[in-house]
Amino acid sequence: MVDKDIHSHHISQQFNAELDDVKTRMLEMGGMVERQVADAINAVMNADGGLAERVLKGDAHINQMEVLIDEECALILARRHPAAGDLRLVLAITRALHDLERMGDEATKIAEHAIRLIDHGEMPRCVVEIRHLGTHVCAMMRDALDCFARLDVEQALRVAQEDKAVDMEYATAMRTLVTYMMEDARSISSVLNIMWGLRSLERIGDHALNIAEHVVYMVKGQDVRHVGLSELEARIHDGN
Amino acid sequence: MSEAPTVKSHAMDISQLGRSQAQRSLESEEVCLSVQKLKLFYNTKQALFDVDMNIPRKRVTAFIGPSGCGKSTLLRCFNRMNDLVDDVRIEGQILLDNANIYEKGVDVAGLRRRVGMVFQKPNPFPKTIYENVAYGLRIQGINKKRILDEVVERSLRSAALWDEVKDRLHENALGMSGGQQQRLVIARTIAVEPEVVLLDEPASALDPISTLKIEELIYELKSKYTLVIVTHNMQQAARVSDYTAFMYMGKLIEFDSTDRLFTNPMQRQTEDYITGRYG
Repeated sequence: MVDKDIHSHHISQQFNAELDDVKTRMLEMGGMVERQVADAINAVMNADGGLAERVLKGDAHINQMEVLIDEECALILARRHPAAGDLRLVLAITRALHDLERMGDEATKIAEHAIRLIDHGEMPRCVVEIRHLGTHVCAMMRDALDCFARLDVEQALRVAQEDKAVDMEYATAMRTLVTYMMEDARSISSVLNIMWGLRSLERIGDHALNIAEHVVYMVKGQDVRHVGLSELEARIHDGN
Repeated sequence: MSEAPTVKSHAMDISQLGRSQAQRSLESEEVCLSVQKLKLFYNTKQALFDVDMNIPRKRVTAFIGPSGCGKSTLLRCFNRMNDLVDDVRIEGQILLDNANIYEKGVDVAGLRRRVGMVFQKPNPFPKTIYENVAYGLRIQGINKKRILDEVVERSLRSAALWDEVKDRLHENALGMSGGQQQRLVIARTIAVEPEVVLLDEPASALDPISTLKIEELIYELKSKYTLVIVTHNMQQAARVSDYTAFMYMGKLIEFDSTDRLFTNPMQRQTEDYITGRYG
């Protein structure tokens, strides 16, 4: 019942434009957050202090976008009293804005760890874990934003499945890092920074999953936050 | 080793949270009016097509839909107001408390006492405020002042009008504002203790504040009466009703709890209408 054009074709062209605008701006913000995360990972991998500083500065813009777009959503609710699919779109956008802003914060944390690692001197070998998990999480982010743009619940389900894989990869990486710390106590300080960087990446993955859940809410009218993967799959395929 | 101290739990029973209106379902409600395969014809033109619906008791049911969809026509079937229109023909049944109101020999005046109606344009009689409310009782032969006084006060209080008019009950009703007149009409309707109150766009002709007062009143009234309201104002239907029926071109398209219909309707047509895509 809900397709990509569901939020257009209102009698009020103004309303069409307002919904379109707020959705586009949210996706733009998503693109910016994607770049922040990718840059933060590269700052770590390439020991690039300048890039890390740019990520830190860029967060202010992300925060500002959250506030502006959220305000626009409130105005739509006040002016238009949207119902059904339109209402769910506006609510989903306000929720996704929050997740994107948190992802931005996690990216700055990774950048801060990059700076500490650079200050510490030589990068530990295990820094490669950041690249591994980072690649996976960036793909999740891209897929989550993509499924929001295309209102694709099947892709949302795939994002949920990817999150499970990311969680497992994170757990494995953590165990690896613990052995590093056990091998050489002098490495503890820098390995901890890597660990926290991985933690931030895992959190970014969780927020990407949240965005996928908001897509299911928009399309199916089902609130699937906090349900397990099998329940999510069941609700997506319930034939409704 | 001592036992872990038991914590007195102040947690609520979480399973009871969220028993909101969205959980309400038609199936669980007692039925007041049952419409069964109702067809209506204005001469040869069919206006209602096989309408089947059960209006739940002591709830507010709203009818929404574009102009000409048949919602007012359907409403007027419930108290046989359509009898007053030439060339109207009905097929099917409407059961009020399990008795078909279109059965031969039904006392139509009595039906209209049990199923009262409030119209878009307030229509108080050109009488005093008191006499407007007392009228329905007088024509039933009730003339004792003590009884009339009591019923008039009770009805005006129920209509949230008593405080405004108690010192001028014997002034002409036509001197009141539109919002007050409409509340007077409601008082008049409930003075004869109906079971059902039908409201055909009761607030369309009123200013926003009067509209909200009428909506508050509707909310109060549903503890005693079954209410059916036709409205063009989507937000009003969403605010005021427990259940909403969407009609289109004489057919009932969807009938569900208001919360569900306005957040996640089943039919694409319903979604298009309530989101303003209908054109």
